[in-house]
Parts: sequence; C-alpha cells; structure tokens
Amino acid sequence: MDFDLSEEQRLLKESVDGLLTDSYDFDARKKYMKEKGGWSKAMWGKLAEQGLLGLPFAEADGGFGAGGVETMIVMEALGKALVLEPYLATVVIGGGFLRHGGSDAQKAAYVPAIIDGSKTFAFAQVEKNSRYDLHDVTTTAKKKGNGWVIDGEKFVVLNGENADVLIVTARTKGERRDKTGVGVFLVPANAKGITKKSYPTQDGLHAADITFTGVEVGADAVIGNPDDSLALIERVVDDARTALCAEAVGLMDESLKTTVEYLKTRKQFGVAIGTFQSLQHRASDMFVAVEQARSMSMFATMAADSDDAKERARSIAAAKVQIGKSLKFVGQQSIQLHGGIGMTMEAKIGHYFKRLTMIENTFGDTDYHLRRVTEAGGLM
Amino acid sequence: MDLAFTKEEMAFREEVREFFKNNVPPETRRKLVEGRHLSKDEMVTWWRILNKKGWGVSHWPKEYGGTGWTSVQHYIFNEELQSYPAPAPLAFGVSMVGPVIYTFGNEEQKKKYLPRIANVDDWWCQGFSEPGSGSDLASLKTKAERKGDKWIINGQKTWTTLAQHADMIFCLCRTDPSAKKQTGISFIVFSMKSKGVTVRPIQTIDGGVEVNEVFFDDVEVPYENLIGEENKGWDYAKFLLGNERTGIARVGMSKERIRRIKDLASKVESNGRPVIEDPGFREKLAACEIELKALELTQLRVVADENKHGKGKPNPASSVLKIKGSEIQQTTTELLMEVIGPLAAPFDVHGEDGSNEAMEWTAQIAPTYFNYRKVSIYGGSNEIQRNIIAKAVLGL
Repeated sequence: MDFDLSEEQRLLKESVDGLLTDSYDFDARKKYMKEKGGWSKAMWGKLAEQGLLGLPFAEADGGFGAGGVETMIVMEALGKALVLEPYLATVVIGGGFLRHGGSDAQKAAYVPAIIDGSKTFAFAQVEKNSRYDLHDVTTTAKKKGNGWVIDGEKFVVLNGENADVLIVTARTKGERRDKTGVGVFLVPANAKGITKKSYPTQDGLHAADITFTGVEVGADAVIGNPDDSLALIERVVDDARTALCAEAVGLMDESLKTTVEYLKTRKQFGVAIGTFQSLQHRASDMFVAVEQARSMSMFATMAADSDDAKERARSIAAAKVQIGKSLKFVGQQSIQLHGGIGMTMEAKIGHYFKRLTMIENTFGDTDYHLRRVTEAGGLM
Repeated sequence: MDLAFTKEEMAFREEVREFFKNNVPPETRRKLVEGRHLSKDEMVTWWRILNKKGWGVSHWPKEYGGTGWTSVQHYIFNEELQSYPAPAPLAFGVSMVGPVIYTFGNEEQKKKYLPRIANVDDWWCQGFSEPGSGSDLASLKTKAERKGDKWIINGQKTWTTLAQHADMIFCLCRTDPSAKKQTGISFIVFSMKSKGVTVRPIQTIDGGVEVNEVFFDDVEVPYENLIGEENKGWDYAKFLLGNERTGIARVGMSKERIRRIKDLASKVESNGRPVIEDPGFREKLAACEIELKALELTQLRVVADENKHGKGKPNPASSVLKIKGSEIQQTTTELLMEVIGPLAAPFDVHGEDGSNEAMEWTAQIAPTYFNYRKVSIYGGSNEIQRNIIAKAVLGL
C-alpha cells in the first residue's frame, strides 16, 4: 500500500511540469492553437526530445517501458497546462493499439515514428449514431484480394486534420450492433478515397469528420483479428479513459488553484470575497470533489494494468463516473466563483471549464458509465 | 505506487476476521446488523473479550497495553471490525480520555485510570458540549472553583452520549473566568456517582435515548483529578479531537450496510419483482458504491502516508473523510428506507437502558435513518469541516 511516486517518477513529474511551465503559458497556448491543425509542431518536438512520447513503449521497441503511473503523471501535467498537442490520440490510443494488438512488423513500422515525433495518430471511431458504444459500427471493411476496402463515415476524430495515420474501426461481419465482426485498421491519412472536414472543437482542440470511400489498404493494415477486435478496442479505450481521468485531475487542480487565488484577490464590499463563508464552503466542496477524483484516477490507473477485463472495465467505469461528477461541479463552480470575468474568453478559467466539459462526453459520460457499473452488479 | 496489501497484511486481515468470527457473540452481531441498540452488558462483555485478546486499546503505546501495529494494520482492524460487524471500542475511554491521560496525565493517574479504561471497568462519558456551546465549544460555562484540595463544579453538559451507563466523566470546566475564552479552561475527570450529578435522558428523533443532559450542582471533586496543567484544558481538547482522523470515514461500516441493502433488496418486492431489479434503485446503489470506493481510496492515501511518513503533518486529504464518510453513511440509511417502503412505519419502544429488541427488524430501519442525521452534526459539523478546509487547506 503506497501512493507515493518513486524517485524516477518524481523526476519525470518535475521535468514535464518544468517544460510546460517554461513553454506553455496561456499566451503561448493561444499561438499554438492558431497553427495548422490546432497545435504546435515545435512543441511536439520538445515533448519528443524529453522522451515523453516514448514512455509506454517496451524497451525492445525503442521506448522506456514505463507503466500506467507514468502516463498518469504526464496526463495530469498536460491537463494542468491545458495542452493541445495530440498525446492522447497518438501515444495513448495509437500507441495503445500497437502495444496491445500490433504485430512486430507494425510496431517496427510505426513505434519509432511516434517516439521521435515524426508521425501523429488519430482514432476514427465515433459514428453518427454510435454515441459511446464501441461495438456500434456501420463503417465496413470488405475483403478484396489480400487487402481490404473501407467505406463509411467517422465523426469528431480528434487530431483528424494533422494525423499521419488513422486507426479506423470497421465492421467485417454481422449487423450494426453485433459485438463480433469489428476490426481495427491502420490507414495512412493521405490514402485515396479519404475526405476530411476539419474544425476546432469547443475546448480549442481540433477534430475532423472523415469519409472513407472505397479506401484500399493491404493485409498488413489489420491490427489483431479483423473479425473480433472488440476486446482490443475496449482495452485501448480503457487506457484512454484512464488517461482522461488523469488529465481531468490536472485540469481540476489548476481550476481550484486559480479560483482560490481569485477569491483571495478579488475585493467587493471592501474585503476579499474569499472571506465570505458561502464562498469558502463552495471552495471546500470543490476541494473534496478534486480529492475524490484524484483517488479514483489512481484507482483507474492501477486497474488499467489488470488483465481481468471485467474487473478492469468496471473499475475504470467507476472512475469515469466520479471524475464526471467532480469535473462538472468543479468546472461550474469555478465559473460561478469568478463571476462575470469567468464568462469571458480572456480569463483562462473558462478554457479549463470547456476542456473539462468535453472530457465528460468523451468515451462515455457519467450516466453511461454508471449504467455499466450498475449492470456489472456494483463494485462489491 | 502500489495499491496491494503485503502478504503479512493479508495474513493479518485473516487473523482478525477469524477472531471476530469465533469471538463476537452472535446475538450482538445480529443486533448490530439490524441497527438495534445494545445493552450495556452486551457491549462490556464484548469489549472485555477484545481486551483479553490484547486488542482493546490497540492504538495506545505498547507500555500502556497497545499493540504496536502499523497504520495499515489499524486500518485493516477497523475495517474488519466495522464490516463484520462488531461493536467498536468505547471511544470516550479508548480514543478520547485514554490518550489524554497517557500524554498529559501524571504517573499516578496513568496507573489509576488506564487499565480500567482498557477493561471497561469504568464506563467513561464526555463532558464537552453545553446547551449554549455547540460548534463554539470554547464558550462553555461549566465552572470549577478551587476550594482547598477540592474543585466545586457547577453547570450543565449536554449531548452526553450513553451517560446513563457511565461511571466516569471527563469534563471541560472554566477555571479562570477572567481569562480569554480558550485559555481559562481545565480538563477534570470525576465519578458520575458523585453527589450533585444528575443525568436526564434526552429522547432523540429515532425514539432512542443515546444522549443525555448532565447537571452539576456543587459537585465536589478532589483537586488531583485535574489532568495536566490548570487552564490548559483547551489544548488537551484539541489534541483529543484531532486524534481520530481516519476512523471517522467508517468505510467498513458502509460496506456492511451496502451488503445488507443488497440482501434485503433481493428479498423485498416492488412491482412484483425484487427491489434490486428496479433499474432506478440499482443505479442509486451503484452510485453510492462508487462514492464509497473513492472514499476508501482517499482513506488509504491518508493511511499509506501515515504508514510511511508518520503522523506528523496531517495529509490534507484527511479533511475529506468526515464530510464524505458521513454523507455516505446517511445515503445508505436512505437506501434502506427506500427498500423497505411502507413497512418502515411501525415504531419500536426502547427499554430503560436504551436497548431495544421487541419488534421486527423492519422497525429499526426508519429509526436508523433518523438517527444517522447526527453523523453530519457531531464530531465537528460538516459545516465546521468546510471552515477547516477553507482555512487550513485552501488558506482562505
């Protein structure tokens, strides 16, 4: 029973926090946002230089062999600084598919390019009516010779504009909501037959709706079993949910800190508004919400490494419920306690609120995961 | 970071569990499960079994009968005790006055009181709150005047839990009326059998008589019953209240409640089917389980921190435990009410000593719900806890 970071983990935290303090203040972020696809290539290069893009990969594949705790540390830091660069899409999800399901050849082809920062990924999974169900897939992949032909539409693909490689879920067999018959494909973003509509998202990231029309890929594009990859998808998405929990904790930490500072400096009726008990109690409730979220982020991080798929899934679902409740409360109250200034794009607090809000609706919201925990019979 | 217990810790959990299974009187356990109040005999009998095993005052220093367990072991012991369930040691003696006596008392007082506390030869009660002094405890008015080798005590205490059983009371009394409010208070212990002590039971909204008013009318107490220094009582009171940090979350107890809710909800019907199959009810229960899991983890963070770094600087997360712990306990009592529906109505009558047995177990569900409104009020109300977080953690 030990919640402390190891010496190496502490150093990692210091170095990533240090890097972001130096190069990711609110004004820098505004500039990065204006670059093509919504993030900074130079900043991505700095993350690569610090070795952050190679953390979770096995040493044999050129990575550092780090575990879930290291990803948690990085995601918290990225959340704290409201980072735009596609760490989740590339390292956690793209890298996750390669780590959990990729062949040696696929790893050799893609992992070094993730680690050195030369390629980024995007996960083309959400469909118009799929909502949060990972098995709800209408995009098809049909066998043609040795390869496959992909047809369909994917929505809100984060980093869809800049990504070099798309990871696409597509149905090879069965009906729309069947749990079998879903495969995972590595598709070059510039393949013939791909059209993209790119746009900024509510939280300042960038995404794209992507249409696949007769997109041909080779046999080597398949990750895992083309007819039965839902378990793989669930495993990687569980990693992504866990990473989002940690990012949300970083965002909430910073939101609370910023709000408490505001309470100490903003004066009304001749005194700092932080002297008013109703506001003090609200801030205390925010603190409680953040701590409960932090506990569940740690719980999810530990569960993510478990090979017991059921236990892993319900633990991470439980964490996403707690994070969802906490982030809504902390996000909304941060705005409330800032008053009018919290409503403006000038103040950074609103940007934290918007990112937190979008996290709730990514890979399952609070109700969705509460239902999953309920169906699993609770936690005990 | 590692959430697993060590092999030794797991073996310890087994040992504790096995001991409870073989030694808690089944009737005592059943009454606790059903939320009934125990008689004095039932409680004392169990505490003496526990003390004989050497676990009665587990967290005391070894020289006074403690176990020398690690923070994690204490955590495991408490969790198993609450979730079996077995009655917790009498807090007023074991967790409150005991540590004050072995920390601030003189050798004679230690020799005189500590073994009797451990074996519950004396039942202790707490004389802190007064009718005009709740959250603002330091405004208390009960007076102790020195007269030769005696104190003469006059005043009134209230909310004195189980004073009807008590042999001894530890009391905050004002000994220097001219001093600023926190500085003129002393910590004095005396017999509840003293002339001039009157106990009047207060019936609470659950129908029970757990708490009392206690009146002091020229009560004569030997001067040597002062613990520590004169007018330093407030420091000892703060020490006493700060002692119980992690037990207050009562995770084990809420786990036991949730198991009971699941058990009852699979037996009681709604709409022709077991309540547990009602989707709305199930979601509420799952939401409660998730809150409890988060609390358990928060508590483990505090425990692991203490285990590794000692108790020196309290972990800020510890201030979450009282607020969340009490809220979750209250939620479990609401869920029980929901399970039982109209059968919650019959009212059970309590015996003179506060125990009750007469009616069906269903009659205890509503009283437990009513009774548990107390947990967000006592031990520093949840509003006081929020003041503490705002000041001590957030610096507001």
